[in-house]
Amino acid sequence: MLLAEQVLNGAEFGIMLFLLAAGLTLVFGIMGLINLAHGSLYMIGAFAAAWAGNATGSFLMALLTGMGAAAVIGMAVEALVLRRLYARDHLDQVVATFGLILFFNEAATMLFGRQPLFARMPPWLGGSVELLPGVPYPAYRLAIIAVGLLVALGLYLLVARTRLGMLIRAGNSDREMVRALGVDIGLIYTLVFGLGALLAGLAGVMAGPVFSVQVGMGEQVLILTFVVIIIGGIGSVRGAFVGALLVGMVDTLTRAFLPGLLKLVLSTSDADAVGNGVSSMAVYLLMAAVLLWRPRGLFPAHG
Amino acid sequence: MARRERGLILAGLVLILAYPWGVTAVGQPFLIGLGTRILVMGLAAASLDLIVGFGGMVSFGHAAFFGVGGYVVGILAFHAHEGSDLLGFIPGSNQALVAWPAAFVLAGLAALAIGALSLRTTGVHFIMITLAFAQMLFFLAVSLKTYGGDDGLSFRPRNLLPGLDTKDETSFYYVVAVLLVGFLILARRLLDARFGTVLRGVRENERRLAALGIQPYGIKLAAFALSGAVAGLAGALMANQARFVSPELLHWTKSGDLLIMVILGGLGTLYGSVLGAAVLIILETVLAAWTEHWMIVLGPILVALILFARGGLWGVLAGTRRS
Repeated sequence: MLLAEQVLNGAEFGIMLFLLAAGLTLVFGIMGLINLAHGSLYMIGAFAAAWAGNATGSFLMALLTGMGAAAVIGMAVEALVLRRLYARDHLDQVVATFGLILFFNEAATMLFGRQPLFARMPPWLGGSVELLPGVPYPAYRLAIIAVGLLVALGLYLLVARTRLGMLIRAGNSDREMVRALGVDIGLIYTLVFGLGALLAGLAGVMAGPVFSVQVGMGEQVLILTFVVIIIGGIGSVRGAFVGALLVGMVDTLTRAFLPGLLKLVLSTSDADAVGNGVSSMAVYLLMAAVLLWRPRGLFPAHG
Repeated sequence: MARRERGLILAGLVLILAYPWGVTAVGQPFLIGLGTRILVMGLAAASLDLIVGFGGMVSFGHAAFFGVGGYVVGILAFHAHEGSDLLGFIPGSNQALVAWPAAFVLAGLAALAIGALSLRTTGVHFIMITLAFAQMLFFLAVSLKTYGGDDGLSFRPRNLLPGLDTKDETSFYYVVAVLLVGFLILARRLLDARFGTVLRGVRENERRLAALGIQPYGIKLAAFALSGAVAGLAGALMANQARFVSPELLHWTKSGDLLIMVILGGLGTLYGSVLGAAVLIILETVLAAWTEHWMIVLGPILVALILFARGGLWGVLAGTRRS
């Protein structure tokens, strides 16, 4: 029973990671950009939503404000800064987007302070649902999973079935050729980046009531998001989905059960310390193992 | 070497040697500690430049080796103070001549192991796998409850050196300065030798290098391990400077800071990394004195530097700008 609950927690965390990873992997695959500031868009979404939710009391307003703020700021940053970095090497991209993180974190501190912000849940999702007899599970978390699955389906249809999706896939395999065929690749860049920012904002809005809304929340998930897209294979939305669920499950399940298992062989305090350490390391071990086994990830998008 | 660059190196050397005397003369002796920190970070950044600037291997996990070196010093000092044995058979020590070589060797071994695995990948994957290994070591440090876990571990006194009072800030500054200059001389000679030529070949074109009959993997791994070992030494010095170690030493933002220093000074300029460390640390200190929210200024400065000032400060000053 506990296992069922933890598996759902893992799925929920995985879905959150997927929303972030989908945008990041497309930006990475198409524009060749390592965007460390992707986590900042998630933070912007969470802060804007918490602020709007507390001001108006409406979850819908919070949702729209959060996603809107992330998308608008994301596209502005793309036009002002990131666009100039596409042709640069990865080192320049890492340092410049690191600078953006400093800026956004400090800006959030100045606007909202260092105390975590309270984000309310929509009251109609405040209850819990009994999925299996005797296992109540919060409705809000189930809603997150449902929204994430819908987004995954939508992205699949977008990438696999539409003309824009065809151009995205083409850009992923050879952006010079797409440009040579007369496609306005700059417009595709902006659209893809905007879409990624929107999804990061959505993740931030939904994360608000579950995790705490505070400065630095972006970086905690950012690194895990990178782990996800490296495991999944850069540029592949399918890979991001599989990778996200894998990382979400491994992280949640090791955190939940490893200390308990270790107690069978170690003393309680040692088991807690070692268990927490190893479960924090588990996803990185997973990534290293995947990279050594398949250096280009599970579902490499091109070549 | 261009004459202007030689002049610049000489000026830097004089500045390093005269700094403690200078700040004492103007009545600000507490600034010596700041100078020590700059030299230590300069050592770490120069070691990173060896692999990033010359070898083209962008490591985003260099803080791991810095932290390993720091923790070796911290843990040995902890056991020396307690009079207990590490793992039941290794006695603690607060002797610099024991702890610093140990930090160097253990960080080098860590780099050897991590490099052996990571160097099988390239490009973005290499950046991310080095970050992943650094994160593992970060969480390992957090889980070391005996040594303070999250809160870190403070120890006293500084490691002892025979014939020198390391408690004295000026003496400690000069110890660090000697190690830094020593490393720079050694690295320069290494880079001018066959090792350096091959290393630059790795950056330019590995396939052509292989066609010449040189296996790049071994030379890359050797450079990576050496770079990690020197970063470990820098970490040991930093632990001594602060008499404190914490997981903060291994935090991924520290790896970011080191990359910024290297880029700021100029990739592949070696001495430029020290200049980059000085500029970044001074900038942080000045901005922090001016406003609590200094990062909101520093962030855009970094972005602007990347976008508009390519090639780094050393290239500008020495007149040897590279593309």
